[in-house]
Amino acid sequence: MNIIVIAEHFKNSIEDITFEMLGKGKELAGATGGQLIAVLLGNDAKALADNLRAAARIVYCDSPHFAEFNPEAYGKALAAIVPGLSPGMILVANTSAGMDLAAGLSVDLGIPLVAYANAITAGSATSQLYGGKVNVESALAAGPVIIAVLPGSFAADAGKGGGAPAVEAVAAPDFSSLKTRFNKRMEPESGDVDITQQDVLVSVGRGIQNEENLAIVQALADKLGGALASSRPIVDNKWLPKTRQVGKSGLKVKPKVYLAVGISGAPEHWEGMKDAECIIAINVDPKAPIFGFAHYGTTADLFDVVPAITAAI
Amino acid sequence: MNIIVSIKQVPDLVEELEIAASGKELNREWLKYKINEFDDHALEEALCLKETLGATVTVIALDGEDIDKVLFTAAAKEADKLVKVTGVGDNPSSHEAAKALAGVISGMPCDLILTGVQAADDRDGQLGVLLAHYLGVPHVSVVTGVSVAGNTATVHKEYGGGVIAEFEVSLPAVLGIQAARQTPRYVPVARVRQAMRAATIDEVGGNTGGVSAGTSISRMFKPESGAGAQMLEGAPADIAAKIVGIIREKGIKV
Repeated sequence: MNIIVIAEHFKNSIEDITFEMLGKGKELAGATGGQLIAVLLGNDAKALADNLRAAARIVYCDSPHFAEFNPEAYGKALAAIVPGLSPGMILVANTSAGMDLAAGLSVDLGIPLVAYANAITAGSATSQLYGGKVNVESALAAGPVIIAVLPGSFAADAGKGGGAPAVEAVAAPDFSSLKTRFNKRMEPESGDVDITQQDVLVSVGRGIQNEENLAIVQALADKLGGALASSRPIVDNKWLPKTRQVGKSGLKVKPKVYLAVGISGAPEHWEGMKDAECIIAINVDPKAPIFGFAHYGTTADLFDVVPAITAAI
Repeated sequence: MNIIVSIKQVPDLVEELEIAASGKELNREWLKYKINEFDDHALEEALCLKETLGATVTVIALDGEDIDKVLFTAAAKEADKLVKVTGVGDNPSSHEAAKALAGVISGMPCDLILTGVQAADDRDGQLGVLLAHYLGVPHVSVVTGVSVAGNTATVHKEYGGGVIAEFEVSLPAVLGIQAARQTPRYVPVARVRQAMRAATIDEVGGNTGGVSAGTSISRMFKPESGAGAQMLEGAPADIAAKIVGIIREKGIKV
């Protein structure tokens, strides 16, 4: 079975998830007697193909419309290129960009999609659903399937290095009627605390209940000489700036101590803090996924424990 | 401007989720549902656009448990029209839901379709992207900012690390909303009750057109929690002392 990997790259660099997919793809192609084929879309980005040598074939499509990610241009090109590769399984990153591609490709090509996958075999894909609380295994029928792969699911090293496959150039489709235009890219505003550089992070989640209660965790962060960070809902509610968000759509952090306060530990959050040296979780829900990967935990009420820690220092 | 907001209910993740005896579905008997939080943000963004630019906001949902209440809540928040799509069956896949919604929406006046970027149960992909492709209109997902001028929406799409890309999209278009410009508004129960008396829900028959997820669920299981956390017990003060000890062990000087 041919395994197609749609390479994700950003700012002229191949993203780790691409290597994860190449590594897994190589294993699956080997087990099923197929080829691993990498598809790279870019503008003057052929040099990036050198990173994809784990694949047996590299297909490269160049267009000025690929200078930055564009959901419509990328989607259109993939719908034109992928069917010609006799795909058995198409691996797409389950990321902000990949999310725009996988489902669209599923409709355009009439191929099933399994999203949020963290485990894949030749005949099954497992989705991490319900905020990481339940895994759902799908049986794959014969015929091509698209799998959207969660970053952090497989080893990236397995997809690095390799042979010397030729880079096959394919022409881009007609983009004259695109309805989506890239304007500009905006980097996060600086000036705020850099949470990626802290030894101690006190990170707060939905359990804090309201904006006023942030004072309780801020006081602890101050006492510890650390900074206040948060999970996504806090930033979506505008209680803290984007620069404080840890996770998939936020920042990746690896402090010495990560105190997760009222955070359930959804996969998107885990992605951003899994490399912390010591994770201490405070959450009243004993079933919260955070306790699965924290080093220490307590189900005591954060409104009791957090002030008690502050007082004990 | 006509804005359509597609919303749905998902299991409340704060509650414990139980897997049914078949091992292939959730035990739905005691399941508590709530509006998909991203859909709530999509509704909020639509209402903000209505307030700044003027628009008719139509909220559409597939029939399902407690959906009338969710639709009336939207009306209480000043959504103008409510549409319930019937005949699709329980717990449809994202493909089925998107196809049925596309069929109904294609017959409605529409400039912008907003929906949540994802939902906790969309095993076969995100509704917004599927909907856009069934409708043949452009889409952008993971959107955190929307403005509209004439026939064009300017949208902010979020990547990791807080990086944002700005796109211009010709309307009509579907946007998968990650976060509205402000916290979704709250309406008191009294206002929802009022809306139940004043507002009406249009019921429209839906058709999934033979599409499906294309794969079947073979097994549901709780993830293995790995080694798991060492749990700290005792009174709050005892737990606090233990946590301070751990923090000091890690070389933090406090």
